[in-house]
Amino acid sequence: MTTDVRDALHLRDVSVQFNTHLALHGVNLHIKAGERVALVGANGSGKSTLLRVAHGLLKVSAGQVSEASDVKQAMVFQRPHMLRTSALRFVALGLWLQGTAWREAHARAMHALERVGLQDMAERSARTLSGGQQQRLALARAWGLQPNFVLLDEPTSSFDTKAKREVERLLAEWVAASHVSLLFSSHNLGQVKRLATRVIYLEAGRVLADLPVEEFFNQPLGESHPEAHLFLKGELG
Amino acid sequence: MTTFTDTALTSLQLLTQFDPLLWSIVGRSLWVSVLATVLACSLGLVLGAWLGVSRFAGRDVLLTVLNTLLALPSVVVGLLIYLLLSRTGPLGHLGWLFSLKAMVLAQAVLVLPVVTALTRQCVEDAERNHGEQLQSLGAKPWLRSVLLAWDERYALLTVLIAAFGRAISEVGAVMVVGGNIEGFTRVMTTAIALETSKGDLPLALALGFVLMSVVLLLNACISALRRWRQRTDGAGSEPVQGVLA
Repeated sequence: MTTDVRDALHLRDVSVQFNTHLALHGVNLHIKAGERVALVGANGSGKSTLLRVAHGLLKVSAGQVSEASDVKQAMVFQRPHMLRTSALRFVALGLWLQGTAWREAHARAMHALERVGLQDMAERSARTLSGGQQQRLALARAWGLQPNFVLLDEPTSSFDTKAKREVERLLAEWVAASHVSLLFSSHNLGQVKRLATRVIYLEAGRVLADLPVEEFFNQPLGESHPEAHLFLKGELG
Repeated sequence: MTTFTDTALTSLQLLTQFDPLLWSIVGRSLWVSVLATVLACSLGLVLGAWLGVSRFAGRDVLLTVLNTLLALPSVVVGLLIYLLLSRTGPLGHLGWLFSLKAMVLAQAVLVLPVVTALTRQCVEDAERNHGEQLQSLGAKPWLRSVLLAWDERYALLTVLIAAFGRAISEVGAVMVVGGNIEGFTRVMTTAIALETSKGDLPLALALGFVLMSVVLLLNACISALRRWRQRTDGAGSEPVQGVLA
């Protein structure tokens, strides 16, 4: 992997193929430090695959992925699967796996729980928390790692409005408090407007638009791309 | 009917009067099966957890072989262990044939595929749910297998109980390698087979009662464990159901 110091993350002609299905096709993407990039597109357009490639969970079939040497990533998944342990240990485990001593990991995990308002739930079984609380816990774990690049795969898609707002508020606070880069996928265009500075529209594994957020919502993308038009109208999930 | 009632009453007398012959057979059975289960689990849990997470060429073939071994006839295992331990066999110098050690080995070999296959399934299901998150945190496959096996510890406890149930109810292999020697290698299942053929039905039935009680107790443990897990964990994956033979 070569490192381009100007970009926090750089994908060059990246393709990913699963058997005969081409999930990503020749994707080029540069994300600078501090940018907040939203990935939008219909189901199966390649958003999750792109996030996993960027995080190193998936190998590319072709192309190159590189990141700056000082980038520290953390990822929040769509469904926060909880291990059979307490909320505190769930967060501490993430830190321990990244090399933090267990005692220090506990202290930092508690701080992370306070940050997301779950300090009173620290000793509760993570699996008994509500869906929204579990996602806040996943955010706490990511936040505890002190990353400067956060990837989120539809972080609020499976929650009710209240939980969605809470998670989004925490994300906005996080972004405001630190120079963290965000790369997230979302079907919620309101959320994209509120959180992103730049929008990438994917269709069938290809990047069809890569625009600042204002331009994306103002330019008539749909005329040349009918599927994108339907997506922006909310008729394509 | 009268014969059955008489037999049942005599067997209950043997049980309640703590007949030394009967209880020595029970004790020996439990000892052999506990040792065999510990031996099989110490290897099977590790192997199963590793198989649940690792991906390598030939894994599918290995899993097919493993699943085939689940249906391995116990007399075949007995025969193979017999050939290994017989005087002209590769392990003949150990002098284990017709001893408790041979019976432990035979039961362990029989139970090992059960433990490995069920552990593999548990850990693989857990990997499907948690693997990506742990991978995202930097956990390598061996560490993921340990963490996921620990996370599935209640399901694996059920596997352990099921393995013990399989071991203690086994008859063919221990008959072949143990020889069913009175006061030495006679266990519940081999004693039941022998006493039935001899016509000493009360002793056979009394041993049958004990064996059934052990299996019943194990299934009760599995049910209690499942209920306890549902109470403490809320929603979660179901433990492996009892497969007591």
